Amino acid sequence: MTRAVITVPPHPRRGQVIEIRTLVGHPMETGYRHDNFGRPIPRNIITRFVCTYNGAEICRADFFPAISANPLFTFTTVATESGTLEFTWTGDNDFAHTMSVPIAVE
Amino acid sequence: MSARALVLVALVLAQQAGGADMPLEQRRSGAEFMSAETRAMQEDEAANPATLWLLDGESLWVRKAGRADVSCATCHGDASKSMRGVAARYPAYDTSAARPIDLEQRINACRTGAQQAEPFAFESRDLLALTTYVARQSRGMPITIRENATLAPFIERGRMAFSRRQGQLNMSCAQCHDANWGRKLGGNPIPQAHPTGYPLYRLEWQSVGSLQRRLRNCLAGVRAEAPPYGAPDLVDLELYLMWRARGMPLETPAVRP
Amino acid sequence: MTTRRDVLRSAGALVMTLVPVAGRATPATMQEAMRKVVGDAKIQRGKVTLDLPPLIDNGNVVALAVSVASPMTPTDYVKAIHVFNEKNPQPNIVSVYLGPRAGRASIFARVRLADSQTITAIAQLSDGSFWQATQDVIVTTAACAEELS
Repeated sequence: MTRAVITVPPHPRRGQVIEIRTLVGHPMETGYRHDNFGRPIPRNIITRFVCTYNGAEICRADFFPAISANPLFTFTTVATESGTLEFTWTGDNDFAHTMSVPIAVE
Repeated sequence: MSARALVLVALVLAQQAGGADMPLEQRRSGAEFMSAETRAMQEDEAANPATLWLLDGESLWVRKAGRADVSCATCHGDASKSMRGVAARYPAYDTSAARPIDLEQRINACRTGAQQAEPFAFESRDLLALTTYVARQSRGMPITIRENATLAPFIERGRMAFSRRQGQLNMSCAQCHDANWGRKLGGNPIPQAHPTGYPLYRLEWQSVGSLQRRLRNCLAGVRAEAPPYGAPDLVDLELYLMWRARGMPLETPAVRP
Repeated sequence: MTTRRDVLRSAGALVMTLVPVAGRATPATMQEAMRKVVGDAKIQRGKVTLDLPPLIDNGNVVALAVSVASPMTPTDYVKAIHVFNEKNPQPNIVSVYLGPRAGRASIFARVRLADSQTITAIAQLSDGSFWQATQDVIVTTAACAEELS
């Protein structure tokens, strides 16, 4: 089961630029490693991250094998209104994980 | 001989060490030997990858299992109360085993005894998650291993393992971690080897792992054969190391390079 | 002053003909990856701040921060930030697409770096201009590493 930890300030003021921190559990297997028998371990990474704020996309990122395992990614957004932040990670082997977090703007 | 092996041999010739007990004021956590960025990862639970394992552990704590169909919570209730202080005094003497056992073995004893379920495999995701969750409840508390008549022979066995030269490189733990801590090995500082934060997220592993996994890495490093997980020799060494670190605060789940 | 970048750019044609070591990026493949993003546009120095620790505990997890000086208004904002490396097997690290709603052009990620090398961050602005910053990092390897088992 994929786990993710999202950090959003609890009560931002309207218009405040806030930092959103995302941490998701994923091995981010690069595809460049080999097992004990010399066989290549196939690539298995998250390739895309999208965040929407009440349905509107506020950040998108392409991840490559150079992103560490259990990716941590932080970006900013303007706190415009209360509602829902939705985070979606997709990648190799039909990986898809979504998490929603409420945002309460004063 | 590789460059690293040459460096190790030079250290061996330069210093002999005896596994002497380090006074508390001199004891320094591995956290002090790493970069500010890695320390920041450990301090902030929202940035610590081990938190992902804690979330799993939290779920496992309340999940019913085994023929007895009970969860940890059924007997132990709220972990933050019932498990507080437990990890700080492990490995602990177990009367039915008639020897000390570590936290992983204690959890498996509950698993097979109280839950009547299959034990978790060592280093499995579930066992690591549950051990990390239980140990986290002691975060900040001082490690408390008291040397009494019952534990003394096991601590002594651990001390001997720590001081004994072994492996193809014929080195002891003490030579690096008592006599040469703070010096560099292959560009990295040698820590004092206090297991203050286990299970921990090791950047090298890109995963949470146990103290036994780390000890087996060290043994591989001196080209010694590592005992299997759960072997009494490893638990004795864990016990000695925790005793050697007594008084230091538990940092679980720590982050280390 | 003739920088290494200037030499690389001018020698681009020559370097491209060399056969790269299989599975290893080179400064040339990094330039190629950058060109895919930037096209023929000139990449100017400035506006971008790239922050990595100069000495790294373990190349598996490296703190990487990029920020771009920009008002982030609907008419003047950072559209994308692209980060490249020259010694990992693959030249791309991350590409982030932003808009005025970001408020600030500031991102942080934990990345893998295979070796001591130069990292490059390129910002694409809404007016079509490209800006870059680079930083050299030193990556040490862990002692007493286990075999993959």
